[in-house]
Formats: sequence, structure tokens, C-alpha cells
Amino acid sequence: MNTVLFLILYPVIVALLLLILPQLAIRKFIVGASTAILTVASIYLMIDYFNTGAVFFEFGTHTLNLGILFIEVALAAIIVYISVKHKQFLAALLMLTGAIMTIWFEVTHGNQIHATHNLFVDNLSLIMTLIIGIIGGLIALFAVGYMEEYHKHHPNVKNRVPFFFFIVFAFLGAMYGLVFANNLMWLFFFWEITTFCSFFLIGYSRDEIAIKNAFKALKMNLLGGLAFSAAIIYLFTNANTVELNQLPNLASTVVLLPAALLAFAGISKAAQMPFSSWLLGAMVAPTPVSALLHSSTMVKAGVYLIIRLSPVFAFVEGGATVGLFVAMVGAVTFLLASFMAISQMDAKRVLAYSTIANLGLIVVCAGIGTYELVWAAIMLVIFHAIAKSLLFLSVGTVENNVGDRIIESMDGLITKMPKVAIGMVIGIAGMFLAPFGMLISKWAALEGLVSANPILTVFVAFGSAATLFFWTKWLGKIIMIKEKPADFVAKIPVTEQFTLTALAVMTIGVCLLFPLISKYSLEPFIQAIYGHAYMLDQSNVAILLIMMGIILVLPLRLMTYGELNYRPQYLAGSNSSEKEKFYGSLGLTRDVTMKSFYLENIFGEDKLFKLGVVSSIVLIIIMFGVGI
Amino acid sequence: MSGINATIAVILYIVLAPVVGGLISGVDRKISARMQGRYGPPILQPFYDVFKLMAKQNIVVNKHQKFYVLCFLVFIIITGAIFFAGGDLLLAIFALTLGSVFLIIAAYSTYSPYAYIGAEREMLQIMAYEPMVILTVVGMYMVTKSFSVFDIAMFDQPLIYSLPGIFLGFVFILTIKFRKSPFDISMSHHAHQEIVRGVVTEFSGKELAMVEVAHWYENVFLLGIVCLFFASNPVIAIVLAALTYFLEIFIDNNNSRLKWQSALGSAWIVALVLGVGNIAFLALR
Repeated sequence: MNTVLFLILYPVIVALLLLILPQLAIRKFIVGASTAILTVASIYLMIDYFNTGAVFFEFGTHTLNLGILFIEVALAAIIVYISVKHKQFLAALLMLTGAIMTIWFEVTHGNQIHATHNLFVDNLSLIMTLIIGIIGGLIALFAVGYMEEYHKHHPNVKNRVPFFFFIVFAFLGAMYGLVFANNLMWLFFFWEITTFCSFFLIGYSRDEIAIKNAFKALKMNLLGGLAFSAAIIYLFTNANTVELNQLPNLASTVVLLPAALLAFAGISKAAQMPFSSWLLGAMVAPTPVSALLHSSTMVKAGVYLIIRLSPVFAFVEGGATVGLFVAMVGAVTFLLASFMAISQMDAKRVLAYSTIANLGLIVVCAGIGTYELVWAAIMLVIFHAIAKSLLFLSVGTVENNVGDRIIESMDGLITKMPKVAIGMVIGIAGMFLAPFGMLISKWAALEGLVSANPILTVFVAFGSAATLFFWTKWLGKIIMIKEKPADFVAKIPVTEQFTLTALAVMTIGVCLLFPLISKYSLEPFIQAIYGHAYMLDQSNVAILLIMMGIILVLPLRLMTYGELNYRPQYLAGSNSSEKEKFYGSLGLTRDVTMKSFYLENIFGEDKLFKLGVVSSIVLIIIMFGVGI
Repeated sequence: MSGINATIAVILYIVLAPVVGGLISGVDRKISARMQGRYGPPILQPFYDVFKLMAKQNIVVNKHQKFYVLCFLVFIIITGAIFFAGGDLLLAIFALTLGSVFLIIAAYSTYSPYAYIGAEREMLQIMAYEPMVILTVVGMYMVTKSFSVFDIAMFDQPLIYSLPGIFLGFVFILTIKFRKSPFDISMSHHAHQEIVRGVVTEFSGKELAMVEVAHWYENVFLLGIVCLFFASNPVIAIVLAALTYFLEIFIDNNNSRLKWQSALGSAWIVALVLGVGNIAFLALR
């Protein structure tokens, strides 16, 4: 209990400290120490509540609720002010509506609302705790060195680094609150704070496009927030409860519409179609922000909520139909985002589409909500958080060294920046190849879907084929053996090296340890809800571990090759005497250059994005129709 | 399947698959030659080729390519081992994908334009056939309620009765997998490729031999999947697998190479119509 409160409040205190102490050395120390403290506290919490199942806390008073309301209103006022200042009246209107709904609800029903359990801890919260603490902390650590470099490369951007770290740690605190909250009003409070934090982070550089994209994210997430708020009011007036754990026990007449509304909020926060554009726009922020939004915070809050709803979809009468349409939104998103990733040259955009796609797969699993699929969904959350943060941060490091983040510029990265490149190879392999993590969960997802709803496997089949294409072509670019330019020197701050190494080790580590994670964390959790747990087939686990072993051992062969007979590559017989050059027409010596397929005509964004927006809106409308 | 039987099956596969695969390749070349009005090489020619390649001096662009080719061979063998041990069919497919990715990055690592285009086309080919392969496994599960190759093979009724669309779709993408015209866009066994030898341009000697042997293993695995459709009667299964292969040779010799757009488009349309159609039918039944 105390650890839970500590995890929520400590990041806020750190945030304030970082705001008032702008010196780099102090920041380094505070961020480093806080990362360590959050990691230790998260692990301590896990050990403490390891075998207890779900534990609920009767913490909270009416005064505290009023305090929360006060902060909510104050933040809303700030947001309305900023929106009006930038002439973003729609954002102001959404915020105002949300604030009025909250205040009205508190004034009219405030005295009657009584939640027995405001906070709780169960294994899913624990897993999220570890993700937020360890990965979030590592990203913050990375950002210390990165932001210094960032301001050297972007002299026009006003240096507001203390504010940046204030928001980052406030964000982590809000995420902790979000995963421990059982009172939906508290959950909503933290939910809105993550919206505001991402708004400030996306708009960090304050140039025109950053401000535009920050408001886009704000508007979409506030819309989701309105749905959340409506869900709370509906639930309370009809079922007289605001507790998350009560939802699956309610009658279908009162719970389906709130479930649909909450799923809608989750869909907007998880950047599913039609809301995917906010996450793509969020790329304008410094890279650690992207890593944070994509891996341990924000979008994970969206899928977290939908996973929490899956018992409603699974058990409540009629819930399956609502869940099916939630899953369909995820399926369409998975398919189209995977397709669009093919046509992207910007590494961060590829990563963004891949995130959207993977979240789509999580939403598919959580929407159907059978015990196998919930297993797959949570595993996807874990693996994705680690591998994606590794990839984003690696791209950030490459960008600071190479000058851009276009995939075409990553030719021969393995000879230029071998360590970062190996990290990226691990991250990419972790995203789509057996025996690495994401594939294990995708496999479980496929198995679960075949028995639950075979038609959804079609989306997975086609989406996965596209996934394979865009990852492999990137992987190929990185591992090309190309002459290193003589004047190239890579400069990587220590904090970045540490974070990248830690994440790469973790990416492999969870692949080796996933049977244990499953056995001790996921299986009891799912057992408690569904009465039976998804058991991994032991022989398959053994085969996966053997494959992993082979992949880890085989590279030793590289050291045993000894003397080899090297020749330059085949260039149709017109190799020049210099390496990687050939005699072109008119006797000119030309460089060998190669460009990948991006298949714009087939997988271009223009058409596919519109298709996704239209079809997902239709699906969401049907979802609400079913909910009513 | 019990542990001992599975072990025996895996050992038999590892020893016999290259022999069978090589023989199939020899017969393939002989039949192809006859279709083209030539006499053709001896049936054992593929083995002579591989032995000769093994004896050649080893010329490479860099040492990493050797490593990746080794991984390609290892994981293709693991694919077949999982399959013939009666293991999980999806896992076998994933291992196959991993193997294929190693071949692609082996080509990439050489920084050679011809190998590069070959690698890109190889990825297009994988993207073209992958949905149909997954739908095949999905279809087999829907009928047998199991992903285990052993359970699927022991199912009391031939799968072809329930999965005719999936079977045809699978045969269609086999043309891509066997690297036959009209879909041999990334590399071809024929000596008429516009991108030199595509993926394998930079491999010589031992590496080329390994790629060849890996293909033998892969082909045996693929024909194994064909057999699964008729598994209740092993004789019929083998006869039909042979007929399927003959059909692929026939298609190979009667078609010229198409562009990648046609490969991708047609494979996906086939998967959507035959594969998804079959699955929808099973789901609604």
C-alpha cells in the first residue's frame, strides 16, 4: 500500500525538483538516482504482491476527492487558456465540456459517490509497474544526454529542458496512478494527466508544426476523455458504482454502453484508427518523447484499459458483440498500419506505424477477450514496450550522429556504429522474428483467434506478411557490410550507451525468461479471472529456447573463419579499382548506391489512411449501436 | 508422437531429406529437359553439382555472408525437424520464415546490386505467399482442432474434403516457393535471369552448395505439407504430392516470368478468394 502511494507520488516530487534545479550535473544525478529508485520500488512492489492475487485498498477520503477535483479544474483552466491563446477553439470547447461534466457530476452526485476501493494491485498492474518504472526510467536517463545534443542540433529551439523533465516524471507518476486506480474517477484523473503531459511534450519545440500536432493529439485524446467521463456518469446513475472491478458483475443493460465508451477512450489513447494520426504527428517531439509515448506510457494506457474491459466482453451477456467490434477496429488498424509502414522512409514513421499496428493486435486480443487472447495481449504489451523503446532510442542516437533518420541513410550502419546497429538488429528481430518475443505473442494470438473467430486470423495473416517486408528491408540496410567513411566518428553519450545496452539485454532477457513470466505472473492472473489459464505447450517452449540458444551461439562461428579469399562484389565486370565504385558511361567512376522498395502505389498512405478512417468510424458507430 | 519416435523421425529427416530432395531436383531437371526437347542431365546431377561446389575454393565479399548462409541452412533444417517430429505447424512456419530472412540478409550483407535486387524481390515473394501459408495452417486447425502435425496427420478423414480451396491456394503459392516460373523473380534455376543470379549472386563454392542443400530440405518440407491434405492414406498422399510437383514443373516450363506486381497481386487474390473463402465456409458451417 505504502509502496503504491510512493510510486505515484515520488515521480511527482522528482518532477518538481527537476523543475527548480536546472543544472545539468544535478539533473544527471537526480534522474539516475530516480531511475534506480523507481526500478527498485517497482521490483519491491512486485515481490510484495507477488502471490497475493488482486489486493484492494480502502484508501481515500472525501477531502482527497475534492483535492483531485481541484487539480482537474485547475489543469483544465490552463489547457483552455493555452488553447484560446493559440486560437484552438475546438480543443478549448472539448476541454470546457469535459470540465463542466466533471464539475456537474461532482456537485450533483459528489456526496453520494462512494467507492469502497479506490486503489488496487494485481498482476497486470505489477507488470505495468515494471514497464513504467524500468523502461520509463531508462528513457528518462537516455533523455538527459540526448537533450543536450538535441539543443546543439536545434539551436532555434528554446532550451526548456527542466520543464521537459518535469513533464516526463509527472507523466510517469500519472501512469503509476492509472494502473493502480480502481475508482474510475481516479483512473480518469490520471488518464487526463497523461493527455496533458503528452500535449506538452509533443509541443516541446514550439514551432508551428509541433504546436499543430500537439493540439491534434490533445483534441483526439480529449474526445476520448469525454467518452470516459460519460461512461462514469452513466455507470453511476444507472448502476451506482464507479469501481473498475465491479464492471464484469453488472447486468448487461447497464454495463455495455459504458464499456463501449471506455473502449472508445482506449481506442483514442491507443492511437487506433481513426485516431492514428495523433501518434504519427507526435514524432515531431524529441526522440525520447516518442520512445516514452510508444513504449511505457500513453498508448499503453489505452490498451491497458481495453485489457481491463476484456472480462466484460467475455462474460457479460451481449458483451461479446461489443468486444467483436472493438476487435474489428483493432484488426483494421493492424492490417492497414502494417501496410502503410511499407511505404515509409522515415525510420520514426515506420516505428510509429508498427506501434499502431501492434496496438491494433493487442486491441484485437483484448476485444475478443478469451483467456488465451488476454495472455497474448499482455505478452504483446511487455515485449513491445521493451523492443520499441530500444528501437526508438537507437534511431535517436543514429539521428544525432548520421544527421537524419531516413532508412536509406542507414546503409552499412553495422560498420559505422556497430554497437548501436547490433542493438537495432536485436530490436528489429524482437519485433517480428521467431524465437523472439513479439512473435511468441503473435503466435498465441493466432492460436487464440482461430478458435474464437477464424475470420480475424485473415487480418493477422495479411498484416504479418507486410510486417515481415518492412522489417526485413530495414534489417538488410543495417547489416550491409559497406566501407566506413574515413571521416565518420560516432559520438554517443554515456547515458545513451547505458540505456541502449540495458534495453538490448532486456529484449533478449524477456525472450529467455518469458516462460517464467507466464507461469508466475500471467497464469495466476488469468486463472483468477477466467478459472483456467493459458498454458504454454512445454515442448514448444523448449524448441523456442533451443532456437534462441542457437541464435545466441551461432555468431561465435564468425570468429572462427580464419583467412578467407575476399573479392569485391559483382558489378557486371566494370568494377573500378576503388571499392564499391564502378565505371559508368563516359568512363566516369560512380558509387554503388541502392534504394529499397517502398511500393507507394500499393501501400501509400493517401488511400489506405482514408480507408482506415472511414471503416473504423463505421465500426465504432456499430459498436455504440450494439452498446445501446 | 512419443519422444523416441520423434527423435527417429528427426534423424531420418536430417539424413534422408537431402537425398530425396536432391533426387527430386534431378528428376525435375530431367523432366524439364524432356519438355523442352532436350535429353537432360543424369538424375544424380544435382549431387555432382553440390559435391563439386563443396570442393571449390571459397571466395567471399565478406565473412558475414558465410555466417548468414549457415544460419539459413540451420533454420531450414529445424523447420523440417519440427514438422517431421510431429510438432507445431505454426512453429515450423515461423522457423521457415526465420530461415528465409537469413538468406535475404545474407544477400543484403554483400552490398551487391544484383544480390540486393534479388533480396528485395525475395521479400516480395515472401510477402506474396505468407498469407496463404498462414491461412493453410488456420484451415487445418479448423478441421482438426489442432496445430500439431501429428494430430493433423492422424485425422481420420482426408483434409482435402474440407479444404479444397485452401489446397488449391497452397498449390498456387508453391510455384513461388519452389522458385518456378512465372514467379521465379528473386532467383531462378534456369540460366535466364535478368538480375544475374539474384539472391545468390555473391555466393560461391561451399555457400552456394549450402543454399542448394537448404532448398532440398525446404522442398521436402513443403511436399510434406501437401501430403498432410491426404494424410489418411499415405500412398495416395505420396502419389498426389508427386503429381503436384509434376504440375509445378509443367507450369514452370509453360510460362515466362511475370513482374513482381503480378506475383504479389495474384497470390493475394488467390489467398483472399480460395483461402479466405474456404475458411469463411468452414466458419459458417
